[in-house]
Amino acid sequence: MKYFKNVVTLVLDQTKCTGCTLCTLVCPHGVFIMHAGKATLTDRDRCMECGACAQNCAFEAISVKAGVGCASAIINGWLTGKEPSCDCGGSC
Amino acid sequence: MNKSCCPPQRDQTTAEPPSCCSSKSAAASCCPPTVDRERPGYRLQAYVSDWLQTPIGEIPQVATTLTASDRRGALQMRWGMGRDHYTVAPGLYAVGHPQAEAPVLVSANYKLSFDALRKELREIDAWILVIDTKGINVWCAAGKGTFGTAEITRRVKSANLSKVVNHRRLILPQLGAPGVAAHKVAAGCGFKIVYGPVRARDLPAFLQAECKATAAMRRVSFTTWERLILTPVELMMMTKVSAWILLGLVLLGGIGPAVFSLHGIWSRGLVAAAVYLAGLVAGAVVTPVLLPWVPGTALALKGCLVGLATALIPCGIFVNQLGMLHSFALILALSAVASYCAMNFTGSTTYTSPSGVGKEMRVAIPLQALAVLLAGISWFWGTFSTRL
Repeated sequence: MKYFKNVVTLVLDQTKCTGCTLCTLVCPHGVFIMHAGKATLTDRDRCMECGACAQNCAFEAISVKAGVGCASAIINGWLTGKEPSCDCGGSC
Repeated sequence: MNKSCCPPQRDQTTAEPPSCCSSKSAAASCCPPTVDRERPGYRLQAYVSDWLQTPIGEIPQVATTLTASDRRGALQMRWGMGRDHYTVAPGLYAVGHPQAEAPVLVSANYKLSFDALRKELREIDAWILVIDTKGINVWCAAGKGTFGTAEITRRVKSANLSKVVNHRRLILPQLGAPGVAAHKVAAGCGFKIVYGPVRARDLPAFLQAECKATAAMRRVSFTTWERLILTPVELMMMTKVSAWILLGLVLLGGIGPAVFSLHGIWSRGLVAAAVYLAGLVAGAVVTPVLLPWVPGTALALKGCLVGLATALIPCGIFVNQLGMLHSFALILALSAVASYCAMNFTGSTTYTSPSGVGKEMRVAIPLQALAVLLAGISWFWGTFSTRL
């Protein structure tokens, strides 16, 4: 299943990439592949902004605005003016 | 040793079955309980099958088969009952008979996660390090950061892991990665992180292949079954708000040309309540299950379409009774409720991004609100105009 095109905040700065391949391992949607010793975005629209790649990039080559993706949390965020948080009863 | 009727102590072995104590009524017999692990104020967990001696003392060995009570617990969790305290004590556990070189698997302290892991580890000798994720599953906890760098570093130290194993490697579920910075864990406690497969069932193959996961093991899926088992919780999370809405609708149904009537509650209020419930099921159950086959990208749109299709059924059957205005109200209301509920399912999917969810919500919520408003006007207009 595919979601919207050109909406995610994922940015890869190839100049900082050292080719460690960790982003290709942690991404649950196979958004990264290795090309000529550097990580490359293959299918950016498949990104769900989980943040695994950016967290694990020791060289800060990846940035993404990761967050909670459930609608009620986003509504709460809008109402309270805070970042959406998943405090809807525990384990959502 | 005196020849009593009681079974031997658990560290002795005998080929002979105990004479009087094999029946279930042992409590009423002469014998003390066979479990010698009881401590005042503690309860031995059913998943602990034995205790292993290690350099840091005894470590509980966990069973790799689930019992009826584990399955009952899982069913309860799927229905959202007691999800806030279905936990396992954090710390070190053993599965099989691990030695110093055995792998260390890190898991969350949500019992559903812990059970999903241990049931896949038959024939495997490993250590399981359960970290405190406040009873939340791995992926959600990673998103919140509780399955994270700080907790792993702390738990590795407090569990004395470096005295138990002779290597410095932790195997994490891949879906823990959003909360963990592998390089920071290595710097913090000296353990290198290896990301294992997404699903615990791929762990035996992963370990067999010297900790190499295939591309398929690294991808999340979202099968029909995976979507279906998430729907009861969707419904349960809406019960409180639904109860108020249903009460409100039934009472509003009483309002009519006769100011307020029980007949109105019966004929209009209950129909409105049924329309709401149909919208709920269409959006929170039918849409998730049919997700790949319903047209549209936005979940709000998918829900709206399923709601619309659902609404056409009663409108077709009761075409003569409903009248145009009431049919219009029914279609709008049912589609709006289904759209909203389906939009809420974005929190459970494995592919929607928060940026995308925000985008669809900014368009969908005003439309849903407008549809409900128009439905309300149309409903009352229909009620009053038919009696005039």
